Amino acid sequence: MMSAEKKPLLEVKHLKKYFPVGKNQTLKAVRDISLNLYKGETLGLVGESGCGKSTFGRTVIQLYEPTEGTIIYEGREINNSLSKAERHEFTRKMQMIFQDPYASLNPRMKVMDIIAEGMDAHGVYKGQERKKKVIELLETVGLSEEHANRFPHEFSGGQRQRVGIARALAVDPEFIICDEPISALDVSIQAQVINLLKELQKKRDLTYLFIAHDLSMVKHISDRIGVMYLGSMVELTDSETLFDDPVHPYTQALLSAIPIPDPDVEKSRNRIMLEGSLPDPIRLSEGCLFAGRCPYAEDLCRKNTPEMKEVRPGHFAACHKAK
Amino acid sequence: MSRLLEVNQLRVQIETQHGTVQAVRGISFHLDEQETLAIVGESGSGKSISVKSIMGLLPKNGKIVEGSILLEGKDLAKYSERQMQSVRGSDISMIFQDPMTSLNPTMIIGKQIVEVLKEHRRDMTKAQMKERALELISLVGISNPEARFDQYPHQLSGGMRQRVVIAVALACDPRILIADEPTTALDVTIQAQILDLMRDLQKKIKTSIIIITHNLGVVANIADRVAVMYGGQLVETADVRDLFYETAHPYTKGLLASIPKASDKGSDLTAIPGTPPDLMEPPKGCPFAARCTKTMEVCRQYPPKDMLCRGTHRARCWLLDERAKALRE
Repeated sequence: MMSAEKKPLLEVKHLKKYFPVGKNQTLKAVRDISLNLYKGETLGLVGESGCGKSTFGRTVIQLYEPTEGTIIYEGREINNSLSKAERHEFTRKMQMIFQDPYASLNPRMKVMDIIAEGMDAHGVYKGQERKKKVIELLETVGLSEEHANRFPHEFSGGQRQRVGIARALAVDPEFIICDEPISALDVSIQAQVINLLKELQKKRDLTYLFIAHDLSMVKHISDRIGVMYLGSMVELTDSETLFDDPVHPYTQALLSAIPIPDPDVEKSRNRIMLEGSLPDPIRLSEGCLFAGRCPYAEDLCRKNTPEMKEVRPGHFAACHKAK
Repeated sequence: MSRLLEVNQLRVQIETQHGTVQAVRGISFHLDEQETLAIVGESGSGKSISVKSIMGLLPKNGKIVEGSILLEGKDLAKYSERQMQSVRGSDISMIFQDPMTSLNPTMIIGKQIVEVLKEHRRDMTKAQMKERALELISLVGISNPEARFDQYPHQLSGGMRQRVVIAVALACDPRILIADEPTTALDVTIQAQILDLMRDLQKKIKTSIIIITHNLGVVANIADRVAVMYGGQLVETADVRDLFYETAHPYTKGLLASIPKASDKGSDLTAIPGTPPDLMEPPKGCPFAARCTKTMEVCRQYPPKDMLCRGTHRARCWLLDERAKALRE
């Protein structure tokens, strides 16, 4: 779906993020992930809790320093050698929307100042213009001028998430990392926020990295989807193919575990039940990390770690048995 | 099937600093033997408060102001706290969303199961209790029960912990198991395991289940009947197939429509505009009127009556009135 000559907006190469935990132990939260993001697309990132999807997003936006690997944005490597001005420019272009709209807004600040904080930091709008811009942003996300002087506690969850989106948009970013932006919201409100994100993407030509565990929403909003398991990417392809023809046994199990809101379908479905739960991420064995729960695992899988390979054009999977 | 639990015109108020919240506004439903009833609704719709009233676990500022809760003819709404203690854990048990907070982190899991038996089964000897605990641990699908008996909650994964919580809840063979969002804190692959376990256990030990959830996929998976709550009221109750395929209430329709489907790709999702009503000052008409696409004048003025659609399928909506027939579709 993405043409080969198209230049990626963001290139992530062999990204690793390790955290020290306790005595001489390391938690390998992200283990060697490479991917490209193209302008205007939405890449969904899914996986169960603890798979490293949020850590990946936070490392890309430089909230964490990568242990290894490179992040290239518009052809320029983002690392410590950037000058202050360059870093400033980069932080303006990349913004983040967080999961919990209750925790991510400062309760002591008025919505006006929450939204304008980024503008102030970057010194882009001042005085009357700043106020005008905030009101414009509030209207963009479906709120209105009267909300500018209120505090976060006066808003519902969905409205707070709209404030979070307005804040991210304030510095006219090109790329937004959405870290579980709807999982704290009620079902009837989730669709509102998803529609808003899609509309903004169309109007402003935004690129999204959309991190979530609700696969049906991810499918709806994403052009391509990456599936993570224990810090590694196990499958990456366009969203239709991922749902219609998944090749990695973990993806297959994950998709089959989603309950479908249709009683007749649910009663007649054959589920792939995974045995056991996630292994301890600190003490992992050799070979494929999924081998212990995989119904198809054989000796090869327990010995060698599978590499990401292109099983079909644009369809990548890390599995010895994937064809 | 015989009737086990009957809730009639239950009305619950919660006093807060800012005023009185009409959390539950006159709901009636029943639960038959060996059936699974799902209560669906968004946060603040009153679903948790309703089941907490059944359990006698309302917060101190909450009060049942009207209605009855009949468990095989006995009205639990009139029970004292002392009387409720003998009901909880033996007749009705409850499991909660977060397995970590419902287990005691400083006590081995075997002992946590034995505790319930000590409270309700005075006739059992110590050895019998331990035996029963081991039996329960393996009943909920945990292998090697002897070793697990001596483990602490932190040594178990989230899915395992929820299994232990279920084992504790089932210790005294309750007639009714109430599960408040039992899989919300779990990952999908683990959620599938727990739902499977609950269905399996229901067959084995013949308990009735009330499950609270906001996930319509979970409803389709496990429920026999469904009750949909909105703004402190029950807006629709139906057999699971009727609810999904013959949906009567506009709110339920909206919920089902807002789930992304393959055909929605590339187009907007059908969202329900607006937000739920403030139950401090509930609207005098239909609670959904402000967000409904088919609102009529009468909807804002008068609360809709509970109307029978077909068989046992009921909904509270003025559109079901004979006089609104032409407006229905």
